[in-house]
Amino acid sequence: MALRKTRISALATLLAATTASGNLLAEELRLITWGGYAPDEVVAQFEEETGIDVQITLSNNEDMISKLRATGGAGFDLAQPSQDRIVGVQRQFNIYKPIDYSRVNTDQLQPSMVKATQESTALNGQSFGVPSVWGTSGLIVHNSVADTVTDYTDLCDPAVAGKVSYRLKRPTLMGFAFAMGMDPFAAYNDRDEYQSIMAKVEDKLIDCKANVKTYWTGGDQLLSLLRTGEVTAAMAWDAGGWKLNAENPEIRFVAPESGALGWIDTFAIPRRSENEEAAYKWINFVMQPEIAAKITNASGNFTASKGADEFVKAELRDAYRLSFDDEAINNIKWYPPVPPGLEAMEGQVLDRVQAAN
Amino acid sequence: MNASASRLSLWLLLTPFLLWIVLLVLVPHLQMLRVSFQVRESWDTLAWGLEQYQNFFSESYYWRTFVRTGVMSLFTTFLTLLIAFPIAWYIARLARGRSKGILFLACLIPFWASELVRTYGWMILLRESGLFSSWLQALGWVDGPVEMLYNDVAVIIGLVYNGLLFMVVPLVTTLDGMDENLVEAGYDLGGGHATVLREVVIPWAMPGIVSGCIVVFMLTLGSYLTPILMGGKDSAWFTEQIFTQFITRFNWEQGAALGVLLLVLSSLMVWLGLKLTGQSLRKVMG
Repeated sequence: MALRKTRISALATLLAATTASGNLLAEELRLITWGGYAPDEVVAQFEEETGIDVQITLSNNEDMISKLRATGGAGFDLAQPSQDRIVGVQRQFNIYKPIDYSRVNTDQLQPSMVKATQESTALNGQSFGVPSVWGTSGLIVHNSVADTVTDYTDLCDPAVAGKVSYRLKRPTLMGFAFAMGMDPFAAYNDRDEYQSIMAKVEDKLIDCKANVKTYWTGGDQLLSLLRTGEVTAAMAWDAGGWKLNAENPEIRFVAPESGALGWIDTFAIPRRSENEEAAYKWINFVMQPEIAAKITNASGNFTASKGADEFVKAELRDAYRLSFDDEAINNIKWYPPVPPGLEAMEGQVLDRVQAAN
Repeated sequence: MNASASRLSLWLLLTPFLLWIVLLVLVPHLQMLRVSFQVRESWDTLAWGLEQYQNFFSESYYWRTFVRTGVMSLFTTFLTLLIAFPIAWYIARLARGRSKGILFLACLIPFWASELVRTYGWMILLRESGLFSSWLQALGWVDGPVEMLYNDVAVIIGLVYNGLLFMVVPLVTTLDGMDENLVEAGYDLGGGHATVLREVVIPWAMPGIVSGCIVVFMLTLGSYLTPILMGGKDSAWFTEQIFTQFITRFNWEQGAALGVLLLVLSSLMVWLGLKLTGQSLRKVMG
């Protein structure tokens, strides 16, 4: 009996201790973001300056939306979805709250990007996103096949059979559609038209399947495939290509002939964010030019911060210029907001490609 | 101890179990069942219906993947049994003293690492720039690098490896209890190796075989990492489709329906297996 009593009191102490420490904990910012967007160095500096403890969860667009949807927008104080994935999701699941632009230091942001993001994340007269990091998807190629692979559909060329990788996700569908001479973005609001474009892309991807070594699912997996030479041409993000280029000059990122696909990742505040104040502090902190440059140096992606370029590593700037001349930049296809419902259609296409033999 | 004290201790013992079964097993499954019958008409309206279940049968890739997953899981289970039986026989009947413990431990050690680590281990061995490929080249048996990863064989290797322990343990337990005299009597009565194995050893080990098979089959059917990482582009595995519906497509309704179907169909297969081998769950699970 005495034993049981000690156990119970020990348990009680433990419980008391945990609840007490919960109250005593410092202010906290729970950030759900992409790998590389919150480098340790930046986090440490933010924690030192503000005394706010930053908890980071690494994620991607779909995972972010799923997590927030499951809790109705709780569990995180700040998220970083791509701008084209906000409005449709917001209408369906109501997981974000509008951005109070008066609390964002827009002076340090590039005006054209702020305007574009405000427009593309607008719903009922309010915007739900602040631009943060942007980049493109295109092709990472080894020099030996650089002449063969100049557009997405060249990944299906017999010359690179078995040496190709891409993702089974919507950017691949978009890229192939453009390379096949169609414009999926223009068909966003015409379901039938869009359906017929997707049907053609589906056939193409099923034909192309024999050429593919494996569909990559994570950035690190793709980089190791390219590094070992097991894959010589892939559809991927520019930053990954520049990272590989720094290790091996034979590998580089090229903007495809039909145009690289441009995305802007934003800051969006989950509807049940518990520390909005800290979220705005973080946004204004990381968009300072010197800090934003650190993010660029870590992730390889450029930011919406004005004047950050001059603090960016020279190699990265060179790699960027090598991949994008003026023409290639003007040819970037920026993702418009995805109307709800299209993703279900795309999902079925992707499932059929995955299951095809 | 009086009656009320014993009743109290019974409840204290039962509470964690009840909490677990209700909160973590029953409630989520009922919730999933409910979601699977919801049909999303537009952003904010829901109706009840069977649409998701119809999708499973009308879209051939769902049920084809399901059949594929089921068949490959059965094959994996069978292969695991074939490999595990001699191992278990050796550990239970031939090994003595210390070596018995060490052998058993050897089966257990790989499970100190997570499934992810074990799968990556296999990937390092099998990939084109991996160990096996470079050994074959060094021996001069092949001219160029060989890709052994990203196919069904690789998936089955990974799955068998993951299931082995769960087959060995119940087999060792049942074989351990078998009386040596039974085997000898078999031989004395003129039976050959095959006859003794068929008429004496297998019937005796049947509860172990069946329980091992059930565990391995369920684990394989529900595994996610191994088929995804090792199967590559043709890896279509049913759990992957459920994951895709929930996480990538935000289509919880379809994902829930697929989840329910997986549960029902796999339970059905286990039930069928028990019926065919003439075992009951009570006997098998001891």
